[in-house]
Amino acid sequence: MSTTTADHTEDHAHAHGHGLGEAVTHDAAKFGMWLFLGTEILLFGGLFAAYALFRAKYPDLFVEYHKNLDLEKGVFNTFVLLFSSFTMALAVLFAQRKKQLYTTIFLAITFVCGAIFAIVKYFEYAHKFEDHIYPSKNIFYALYYMTTGLHMIHVFIGMIIILALLGMNMKGKFVKGRYTPVEVGGLYWHLVDLIWIYLFPLMYLIG
Amino acid sequence: MSIENRDHIEEHHTNIWSYVFVLLALFTLTAFTVLTAIKVDIGSLNIVLAMIIASVKASIVALFFMHLKFEDKLTWLYALYPLFLLFLLIFFTLMETFTRVPVLK
Repeated sequence: MSTTTADHTEDHAHAHGHGLGEAVTHDAAKFGMWLFLGTEILLFGGLFAAYALFRAKYPDLFVEYHKNLDLEKGVFNTFVLLFSSFTMALAVLFAQRKKQLYTTIFLAITFVCGAIFAIVKYFEYAHKFEDHIYPSKNIFYALYYMTTGLHMIHVFIGMIIILALLGMNMKGKFVKGRYTPVEVGGLYWHLVDLIWIYLFPLMYLIG
Repeated sequence: MSIENRDHIEEHHTNIWSYVFVLLALFTLTAFTVLTAIKVDIGSLNIVLAMIIASVKASIVALFFMHLKFEDKLTWLYALYPLFLLFLLIFFTLMETFTRVPVLK
């Protein structure tokens, strides 16, 4: 009896390198991502604090200048990003059920949504630059460019992660082994959505 | 997260339709927050309303899309703790700024 158990444990030690079961490494990876997301919230938190402070100090300026933002593009992008969170959740679901094709499809859709978001944002920035509205214009635009710019960087990083997941999925990694990378990558993508959920009303809907 | 050799990753008891429902709820709340921002004028309460709706949306995303609903207490702790730090950061920054008394003339 005891030898069988020992052999069994040893097999796993070879398979995963840590001697822990699949579920433990899966949970540890997820937990690590949640820790990282906490630091991300605080990274944006500094900017949110700056927003709260300057909005409280100059409420009229914020109300006046937010009207220059393109509300339609902002609403459109909000829907795109929410939808991409939905498709990412489905990609995780299908990766878990070892449906390789569906995982590919939904990861691809999520990637395309990220690209659409970036393109719309590009036109928004370009239009602002044409009107000579730069971060140096005033504190509202300084915060607008800083927060949405930092968010944009996160969208790009998320898209790179999705590309990597697509590559791993094409090789059949999640059919043969654990789907943990999809779950953890998904958490990151949802955070990008979470940040935007707050940025959108703060920038586009005030006053 | 107990340290034992579990070999089965726990399945989330979610299905596609519950995700569709979550997405529709998020879309509805987005439409609602845009409409209230444009049509309803309740002064400084507008931003409060917008933040409440945003928080409901964020909670929905975290609970269902990020599976927080199925996570253990430790994950909950580490998900909520940064929000407490964020509260400290914003609250005390505002408190400090608006209670400054000029000492020199």
